[in-house]
Amino acid sequence: MKLRLRFIWLLIYLLVLLLPIYWMLNMSLRDNNDIMSRMALFPDHPVIHNYVQILTDPSWYWGYINSFAYVSINTVICLVVALPAAYAFSRYRFLGDKHLFFWLLTNRMAPAAVFLLPVFQLYSALGLLDTYIAVALAHTLFNVPLAVWILEGFTSTVPREIDETAFIDGYSLPRFFLMVFIPLIRAGVGVTAFFCFMFSWVELLFARTLTVTNAKPIAVVMTRTVSASGLDWGLLAAAGMLTIVPGALVIYFVRNYIAKGFALGRV
Amino acid sequence: MEKWQNQCAWFLVMPVVLLVAFNALIPLMTVVNYSVQDIFDSTHRLFVGTEWYRETLLNTRLQNALLRQLVFSGLVLLIELPLGVAIALTMPRKGGWAISATLVMIALPLLIPWNVIGTIWVIFLRPDVGLLGHFIDHTLGIHFDYPTVPIQAWISVMMMEVWHWTPLVILLAYAGLRSIPDAYYQAASIDTASPWAVFWYIQLPKMRGVLMIAVLLRFMDSFLIYTEPFVLTGGGPGDATTFLSIYLVKLAVGEFDVGKAAAFSIIYFLIVLVFSYVFYQVLLRAQRGEVR
Amino acid sequence: MALIEFKNVAHSYLPPPTRIEDYALRPMNLVWQHGGAYALLGPSGSGKTTLLNIISGLLRPSAGRVLFDGRDVTDSSTAQRNIAQVFQFPVIYDTMTVFDNLAFPLRNRGIAAVEVRSRVSEVAEMLELTDDLRRRASGLAADEKQKVSLGRGLVRSDVSAILFDEPLTVVDPDLKWRLRRKLKEIHKRYSVTLIYVTHDQGEALTFADRVVVMDEGSVLQEGTPQELFETPTHRFVGYFIGSPGMNFLPCRLSPDGAEVAGQFVPLAAGLRTKAAQATGLEIGIRPEAIGLSGSGSGLAVEIGDVAHLGTRKIATCRIGEHEIKVVVPPEQPIPSERGVLEFNPAMTRLYSDGRLVG
Repeated sequence: MKLRLRFIWLLIYLLVLLLPIYWMLNMSLRDNNDIMSRMALFPDHPVIHNYVQILTDPSWYWGYINSFAYVSINTVICLVVALPAAYAFSRYRFLGDKHLFFWLLTNRMAPAAVFLLPVFQLYSALGLLDTYIAVALAHTLFNVPLAVWILEGFTSTVPREIDETAFIDGYSLPRFFLMVFIPLIRAGVGVTAFFCFMFSWVELLFARTLTVTNAKPIAVVMTRTVSASGLDWGLLAAAGMLTIVPGALVIYFVRNYIAKGFALGRV
Repeated sequence: MEKWQNQCAWFLVMPVVLLVAFNALIPLMTVVNYSVQDIFDSTHRLFVGTEWYRETLLNTRLQNALLRQLVFSGLVLLIELPLGVAIALTMPRKGGWAISATLVMIALPLLIPWNVIGTIWVIFLRPDVGLLGHFIDHTLGIHFDYPTVPIQAWISVMMMEVWHWTPLVILLAYAGLRSIPDAYYQAASIDTASPWAVFWYIQLPKMRGVLMIAVLLRFMDSFLIYTEPFVLTGGGPGDATTFLSIYLVKLAVGEFDVGKAAAFSIIYFLIVLVFSYVFYQVLLRAQRGEVR
Repeated sequence: MALIEFKNVAHSYLPPPTRIEDYALRPMNLVWQHGGAYALLGPSGSGKTTLLNIISGLLRPSAGRVLFDGRDVTDSSTAQRNIAQVFQFPVIYDTMTVFDNLAFPLRNRGIAAVEVRSRVSEVAEMLELTDDLRRRASGLAADEKQKVSLGRGLVRSDVSAILFDEPLTVVDPDLKWRLRRKLKEIHKRYSVTLIYVTHDQGEALTFADRVVVMDEGSVLQEGTPQELFETPTHRFVGYFIGSPGMNFLPCRLSPDGAEVAGQFVPLAAGLRTKAAQATGLEIGIRPEAIGLSGSGSGLAVEIGDVAHLGTRKIATCRIGEHEIKVVVPPEQPIPSERGVLEFNPAMTRLYSDGRLVG
C-alpha cells in the first residue's frame, strides 16, 4: 500500500486517539494501590483480577447483557420507524412538514434531568418499570429524532428519478423500499444504526431511573465501584474496557454499510 | 428537489410522531406545571406564576454560566467540525482491513460511558500518576495543576471533549463522503481539477446535509453537556468550568425546590431551542442553492 | 481527434485471471478511426463500459496496449489523453453556474479569460444553453444537465474523443430525440471521434456510422448498421439486431440446398460448397427477407399468431417444431391456417456453430 502523506495525518490522529484508551487498559491491569502510587507506562506486574471479578460476578455480566438487550431493541425500533418518516420528509410536502421536522429535533434540546420524574411516573403507571422495553422506548425520545434527521439527509442525496423509474417498472412502495432504496442509502443506515446504539448504550439517567434489578444496565452497575475506601479505579477501568466491546462489534458489522456508500449501478 | 405534494405522507410519519410525543409531551406538560408552583412537598403547593422565571433570568450567576457555555460550545464547533472533516478526508476509501480497523478505532471514544471517561481522564491528567499529566509536568516542565488553575481546567475539559466527540463528526463526514458517486471524481479527473477544487466544488457541497446535522448535533449536545466536565473538574476551580447544566444541577440540589428547578429547565430548553433554530435557519439558507 | 488503437487489450477484474470466463473483456484488437461515430452495443454485462473506461483511461487494462495516434497511452491518465466523458447520470458542479461549469476545464488548464469566454459562448450556443449561462447548474432539468456535461467535453479544442456511457438514461423519452439530434450536429460540425455505449439498438443504429456489437466481453462484429443487419457474422448479432431478430433454423445440407424439417430451401450459388465440411448448421434469415403467400412453391408452414403493428404485421409460422417470424406489409392478407414461405436466396445465410459461413 502506497504510504501517502494524508495517511500520516490519520496515523497521528489515531495514535492520539488511542492514548487514553491505552491508559484505561493500563489501569485495568493494575491494583488500586499501584495506580495511585506512581505513573507507569507499562504495568510492571499486570493483574487480571479486575476482569475476573467482572466476568464471574453475575450482577456484573448481567449488567452487560441487560444493556445490550434494551439497546438492541431501541436501535431496531428507531430504524424501523425512522426510515419511512425520513423518506416522507425528503420526498413529500405535507401540512406542517417543516415544523414537524424541527419539532423532532427539539426533543434532544431539553436537559434530561428535567424529564426524569415525569417519565418515571408515566412508566410506573403503565407497569413497565424494570423492563427492557421501558428503557428502549424511553430512549427513542432522543434517538428517533436523530435517526430521522440523519436518514433524511442521506435520502435527499438520492435523485428522485430513481424512485420514479422503479415505480414505472412496477415496484410497490414496500418492495422498492427494501430492494432498491435502502441499499442506496447504506452509508446513512449504517451510521444511524451505530449512533442509535451508541447514544442508548451510554445513557445513564433514564436507564438508572427506569430499572431496578431485572433490567439494570451496566452503566449503573459500574457506579458500584465506589466503596467505603474510595473509587476502585482498576475495576472501573476494566469495566470500561469491556463496555467498548459490544459497540466495537456493532461498528464492525456496519462497516461495509458505511464504507461502501452510494452504489449507483445500472438502474 | 421538487417534492410530491401528498398529505398521505403523514401515515409514514405517524409512528415517529406517536413515539416521540408519548415520551415528550406528557412529561413536558408536567414540568411546565411544576415550574409555576412553589412545591414544599407533595401536599403543599403554592401557585407562584412567573416568579421563578423572573428570579432565574435576573440571576447574574446564571448569566455567567450561560456566557461560559456559549464560549465552550463555540470552541467545540470551531475545533471539532474542521478537524472531523479533515480526518474523514484522510481515511481510506476502499473496503478492506484498513478501513475496518480505522472505523473501529475511531468509534472507541464514543462507546465509553461518560462517567468512566471523566474518571479515566482524572487519573490521566494527574501530574503524579497520570500518563499525560506526568508528561506535561515532568517532560515538558510546565507546572500542571488543573484543579486550581482556571485556564488549565478549560484546556483539560476541551481536550477531553474534543477527544471524546470528534469521532462523531468523523463518522458522519465519512459516511457523507462515501455517498458521493465515483463518477464525480472521474469527471473531476477528466477536467484536470486540483485536489483543492475537488474538495471545494464536489466533496464539500455534497457533504452539506451531513455537516448541517453534525453542527446542530454537536451544538445541542455540547450545550447540554454535564457528566464529563462535572466528573473532571466539578465545575471548578470555583466557577471557572461551571457550564449551564452543571449550574442547573447545583441549583436544584442546593435549593431542593422542584418548582424552581423546573422553571430553570424550561428556560434552559428555550435557550437551546432559540439558538438551534437560528442555526438551523442559517444553515438552511446556505443550503438552499443545493435544492435539486 | 485521434486514431485510437487497441493492441491485444484484455481486462479482468479478478486477479489473476485463470479461465476465459474471468475476463470482463477478452483479448481484442480494434481500431477507431479519426472522427468516426461509433456505437458500442450489447446487453448489460457485455463489457461495454469496461471497454469505454479503458479508452478514457479511467481503467487500466490488465493486458495489452492502447495507442492514440501511434502514441502509447496505456499508462497515461485521462487528463493526459484529452478525453471527454459523459456519464449515465448528469455530473455537474452543483454550486457553479452553467458558465462556470463549462469554463472549469479551461480554467484548470490556465487558459486566458478572454478565450474562455469565447469558447464557452460558442459551445453554449451550439447546445442551446445561452439563456441559461447565468443560472445555477443545480436548477436545470436532467436533459439540460446532460448538455452541460457534454458541453464541458466540447469546450476543449484539443479533445481527442468524446465518450458516452448510456447518457440518455435519465432523460425523458420525449426529449431523447432532441439530444440525439444534437449529437449528430456536433459530430458534423466538430468531426471529433464519438464513442457511444448503449444497450438500445435503436439508439445505436440511428446514431452511429459504425456499430460494435459486444457480448460477454468479446467484440462479435464491427460494421455499418447495414452490414450488421444484412450480414451478421455471429448468431448473437443476428438475434440482437432487428426487431424481431433473425430467424435461425437448424438444417442439413442436401444436393438441392438446405433441408429443414423435410423441406428444401434454395441457397445462393457457391454457398453450399463453402459449407460442405461445416457442423451445427443453421439457416439465418431476416423476417423482412421472407415472402408469405397462400400457395405456390416454397416452404409449407402452419400460420400461428399474427401481430399488427401499424406499419407492418408479424406472422409467427411453424415448420415442424421450429418457429419462423415473417414481416408482412400491412395490406397483404394472411391465410389463416397454412401458407407458403419463400426465402430470398441472396439474403439466406448459413451459420456453422453460430458463425457465418462464407
